[in-house]
Amino acid sequence: MDKLILSVSPHLRGKTTTTLIMLDVIIALIPTVIASSLIFGIRAALLIAVCVAACVLSEFIFNLICKKPNSIGDLSAVVTGIILAFNLPVSLPIWQAVVGSVFAIVVVKMLFGGLGMNFANPALTARIFMFITFGAAMSQYGEPNPGSFFSLDLAATDLVASSTPLADNSAFGLMDLFLGNHGGCIGETCALTLLLGGIYLLVRRVISYHIPVAFLGGLFILSLFVAPSGANILTFALSQILSGGAMLGAIFMATDYVTSPCTKLGKLIFGLGCAVITFLIRNWASATEGVSFSILIMNILTPHINNFTATKPLGGIKAK
Amino acid sequence: MFSKLSGVHVPHRKNTAAMPAVRMPVPKSVTIPMNMHIGAPSTPVVKNGDEVKVGQLIAEAGGFVGAPVHSSVSGKVTSVAPMIASNGAQVSAITIESDGLMTLCDTIVPPSITDYDSFIDAVRASGAVGLGGAGFPTAVKLDVKDVSRIKEVVINGAECEPYITSDTRTMIDDAELMFEGVQLLKSFLGVNKVVIGIEKNKPEAIKIMQNTFASEPVVEIKPLPSLYPQGGEKVLIYNCVGKIVPEGKLPLDVGVVVLNCTTLAFIAKYAKTGIPLTEKVITVDGSSVANPQNVIVPIGTSMQDVFDFCGGFKEEPKKVFYGGPMMGISVPDTSAPVLKNINAIVALNAADAVLPEPTPCIRCGRCVSACPLRLMPLDFAKALATDDMELLAKRKVNLCMECGCCSYVCPARRPLVENNKLAKAKLRKYQSETDGGNK
Repeated sequence: MDKLILSVSPHLRGKTTTTLIMLDVIIALIPTVIASSLIFGIRAALLIAVCVAACVLSEFIFNLICKKPNSIGDLSAVVTGIILAFNLPVSLPIWQAVVGSVFAIVVVKMLFGGLGMNFANPALTARIFMFITFGAAMSQYGEPNPGSFFSLDLAATDLVASSTPLADNSAFGLMDLFLGNHGGCIGETCALTLLLGGIYLLVRRVISYHIPVAFLGGLFILSLFVAPSGANILTFALSQILSGGAMLGAIFMATDYVTSPCTKLGKLIFGLGCAVITFLIRNWASATEGVSFSILIMNILTPHINNFTATKPLGGIKAK
Repeated sequence: MFSKLSGVHVPHRKNTAAMPAVRMPVPKSVTIPMNMHIGAPSTPVVKNGDEVKVGQLIAEAGGFVGAPVHSSVSGKVTSVAPMIASNGAQVSAITIESDGLMTLCDTIVPPSITDYDSFIDAVRASGAVGLGGAGFPTAVKLDVKDVSRIKEVVINGAECEPYITSDTRTMIDDAELMFEGVQLLKSFLGVNKVVIGIEKNKPEAIKIMQNTFASEPVVEIKPLPSLYPQGGEKVLIYNCVGKIVPEGKLPLDVGVVVLNCTTLAFIAKYAKTGIPLTEKVITVDGSSVANPQNVIVPIGTSMQDVFDFCGGFKEEPKKVFYGGPMMGISVPDTSAPVLKNINAIVALNAADAVLPEPTPCIRCGRCVSACPLRLMPLDFAKALATDDMELLAKRKVNLCMECGCCSYVCPARRPLVENNKLAKAKLRKYQSETDGGNK
């Protein structure tokens, strides 16, 4: 008989792995990938493909240069690529998308030690970086343009400097907002498919309800108090959670394991914090959208929230 | 306030639940180690060449927290020598060559039990230890001095580990003994509330227990959710009687005594026959075992003999362990003996034995959600890596019972239980050193 393996218990493991979790997130993102292409044309799909390729490749090359084991198999770079692309306007030059992807993976993730070590969400931090670096191109929100579906040419895409629903709330009906038939970043407009993805993640227990519900619920309730006079309060509050990056942020970016708290209470606080900061920025800051900044700020607070909401051990007595 | 405790849904794999235990043939020899319980190792009272019979005392309890050991076969002592136990420690062990006759020791008579003291003495003399796996000497646990301290006795029939069905068989086949055991507890410990906790995946055992104790008002049968680890002592107490055992305290401090159902049945059997603990029903299972079944095994029989009785291996085993897969102790080879306090031996094939490759922690928090004691294993791992003893103490790594839930759910396949074990040891050492400095 060959030698027996000796190891510490347990000798049985569950089936979930990091790669399977990432695969579930990718599956949850696919309806929105399709929706973004239907709404903004095939160039949206091109942007997504470019971001995914650039993210995976930059992780691969970084590992190669640093003589680290190859880590692209965990698929987290694919998730980062798709989510980053969702945060870009359809007209963004390809090379800028590549720069953003490299920034997300190399600067925000790998330089901090790779998956699990980054304190901020890579896609979201790259989006903020791109807003500062490529401000003009990043604010060219494309209009839905199914007429020129196959157009990859920038000039041909009808780039009316459009207003997002956040800037001009009265222009869009709730149904338009829900289906995503309005200007904005390619992956943030279609609330329907984002919600579908969120439900899938909940059912698969990849995420818990705490962060999305606290984020969107908090934003909804806060918005009730600032509805413009004359407007329907409920419609206004609903439009607040259906527009901008709220859905995408609450379901896919604020729930990033690495950068959000690991306790239930912590997740609720995190989600509410995102809601409050988004609400403050949207209503009183010069920027029209605050989702990215709110999540980034809460990312930074995450270690403190974890400490503050640490679970109380069963029967534990307080240390002296 | 009374919120549910977490746990994990492990596969049941109770393949042998319907199989009453079968007695295996007498082994050629047995090797009986002196540390089959928590506490001081027992002291051998036989020497090389002595003739012994079944049930004869071969080692005395090595201290108050200890237990005597009895020969499981009749035959001749061939060595009293050190061996390496499964925990790596060196311990002395008595090897007896069997004459194949299994002659019962002629001094064995049923004990005379008339009061509290004679009951405790009988339990002590029986060599009983916690048969659920922990191996705590039963007499020490029951010797409460003031019986009014016992408010409830919880009988552990949870059997939450995959594969194992030996307790299930006790509840089905030895229900009468358990009934008699409860009568002993009532008569001599003044017990007037008994809760028998059984996981719902054992409907037959639940039904038989309900029928057996239908006429016994002090006994409540408590079906428990099939959520590992229902049989963990603190979890069991919480779910059966709604009490929390505080850190550093014993169940008795909250008025509870926990007994494994097989321990209870054994005590009743000893009271009737006077035959001490010399054999054990164990479940033999795992992907390598040809004919998984429940076997009555003389203590000290080598695992290999038991596997051979079960048809040997259908696939080459790559990992063999005492107990279930969640908390079982893996052994270096199959010559390791069957001990008093084990309830299963499991042999896994190469596919099941493969050690998972750990990947980076993604801080998903699954270990936190899964921990039945509400600990934060991911923080222990971080604190251990950075030698942060204060964080380990603050997060109470000392409370970890090593049930394995955290490792089981970890998608990054991190060795969290291993971390916790190391962290506990390190914290203990740190605290004893710093306390020593203060005093």
